[in-house]
Amino acid sequence: MSATVEGAGTTSRWARLRRDKFVLLLGLPGVAVILLFHYLPMLGNVIAFKDYQPFIGIRDSPWVGLENFRVIFNGDPEFLNALTNTLIISFIQVVLVFPAPIAIALLLNSLLSERIKRVVQSVLYLPHFMSWVIVVAIFQQLLGNAGLLNTWLHARGLEGLHIIGDPGLFKVLITSQVIWKDAGWGTILFLAALSRVDLALYEAAAVDGASRWRQLWHVTLPAIRGVVVLLLILKLGDVLTVGFEQIILQQGPVGTDASEVLDTYVYSNGILGGNWGVSSAVGLVKGLVGVALILAANRVAHLFGERGIYANDR
Amino acid sequence: MTTKALTFAVGRRDAPAGSPRLRTVNGVAPPSIPMRALKGVVLLACCTVVVLPIVSVVSTSLADQRQITTAGGFVLWPDNPSLNAYRAIFAGGVVTRALTVSLGITVVGALLSLAVTAGLAYSLTRPRTFAHKPLLMMVLLTLLFSPGIIPSYLTVRQLGLLDSYWSLILPVLVNGFNVIVMRAFFMDLPQDLLDSARIDGAGEFQTLTRIVLPLSKAVLAVVGLFYAVAYWNSFFSALLYINDTAKWPLQLVLRTYVVDNAVLSADQLNLVGEAPPPQQSLQMAILVISLVPILLVYPLLQRHFAKGLLIGAVKG
Repeated sequence: MSATVEGAGTTSRWARLRRDKFVLLLGLPGVAVILLFHYLPMLGNVIAFKDYQPFIGIRDSPWVGLENFRVIFNGDPEFLNALTNTLIISFIQVVLVFPAPIAIALLLNSLLSERIKRVVQSVLYLPHFMSWVIVVAIFQQLLGNAGLLNTWLHARGLEGLHIIGDPGLFKVLITSQVIWKDAGWGTILFLAALSRVDLALYEAAAVDGASRWRQLWHVTLPAIRGVVVLLLILKLGDVLTVGFEQIILQQGPVGTDASEVLDTYVYSNGILGGNWGVSSAVGLVKGLVGVALILAANRVAHLFGERGIYANDR
Repeated sequence: MTTKALTFAVGRRDAPAGSPRLRTVNGVAPPSIPMRALKGVVLLACCTVVVLPIVSVVSTSLADQRQITTAGGFVLWPDNPSLNAYRAIFAGGVVTRALTVSLGITVVGALLSLAVTAGLAYSLTRPRTFAHKPLLMMVLLTLLFSPGIIPSYLTVRQLGLLDSYWSLILPVLVNGFNVIVMRAFFMDLPQDLLDSARIDGAGEFQTLTRIVLPLSKAVLAVVGLFYAVAYWNSFFSALLYINDTAKWPLQLVLRTYVVDNAVLSADQLNLVGEAPPPQQSLQMAILVISLVPILLVYPLLQRHFAKGLLIGAVKG
């Protein structure tokens, strides 16, 4: 390839188009799909600035300026409720869900038997591939009012626990579902990073008299620091996005006070309720804030000398 | 963004998977007995928490009414296993139809996605081609933000795809992350091999079909399976775009009759002159059939995903 490409810089654009027509044709369907379903819809965000009425169409609906954004700036109670719930759930998930795979990965990494390690991995990765509908259904069968746990309690003459459908426990419930589904899968990245640790470092640390805990602190943990930072950055970008499918499946019995998050707010106000403009405005702001957060967090990571999502040197 | 989207960021897995840990040599003490016991207990508990629910779902789907009633709705081991619930599900009613829809979408969607993704990934492997940078950027940016629920819905509606099976396939046909993974894999192929094929007179098409694709089976398998699992599990696009209950995929049926506990009548199951089996075992049987395809491909998926996804993927 290198020989033919030497003079590519001087070839005219038209000649390159002709020369590359085979690869370009190969890529065309994919490019078309991405443009059509990823970039074109972004233009649809203009309805955030319009009083969109489906029967008139996007083009003819009147402009209303920032009218639709008033729910955000004036703090409409329903919107604020969704925002608060989103932030609380995100916070809980950073504190409880984020460390879970790290702990499991460290545990797995410390195992001496490769075979046990592989068996445990196989079991723990499995729930990741189940849909949220399946996970929610399984949790209902276990913890629901007629589920395994309550049946067991009733059989022993104990009071049943009202877990599914209790607004107070909702956030705990969805957090435990996230851990059940994805904590195992989350270990992949950490295990990959751990597998690259030079084993001589452990020996050197041991020779210097480091205990196993000291080795963990000084050898193992630094090895996964880059991945941890990367994942935290991405988590920050997702701080306004919490398990939409998972929540919409369980919203019914719990009520919106405890369970409405920004995405479900957009869905139920826009698509179900017909408040197209307002919910697009909320969705748009949410998306922009997410991108801004990722870029900001990445900048901070660079300041601390981490690689972040993309390297700074290019 | 899911963790799956990040696997590539870690890069190459240098230590071969089977290499023994050498930490016990040079005077490093192996972990103490209580410590090892503790680890064992913790890991066993983790595995039980995952496996037990799945086992009991399968058991309940096989149990009869009497046992379900005595057990209070949930069975750990069926005494008189029967396949009545499955017969009812496959009698040609609501569930059978949803299963067919889901299978169709999964197979058609995964094949189309794989073809389109491979094409796009391959077209992005050569830095000097026409419009290479903007095209690559276009793919990478899809990872950073998504168009949002309302604009996506409006686009699908504008295209007249509401209540069409294509609405479940086309919007998610190409996943930027999968493109990047596949591209990285293609770029890792030994360049000499491609060069020598060209010297031997192979055209672009032949190089692709005779050299590149056969060498990329692992990544094609992984990406294809990821797409298949995503199509099979897809719930939200159907909720958004499919109003006609006759076109529901399995996940929506699962939501309605299992999560929301709607009652399945003999009529809906297409049972003639027969009482439907207990709701609980019906529900569990629906759950099981939606799990089975995943369990079937899981060993394959597992064998390949480390290979496919962790193979030197940082060439973005």
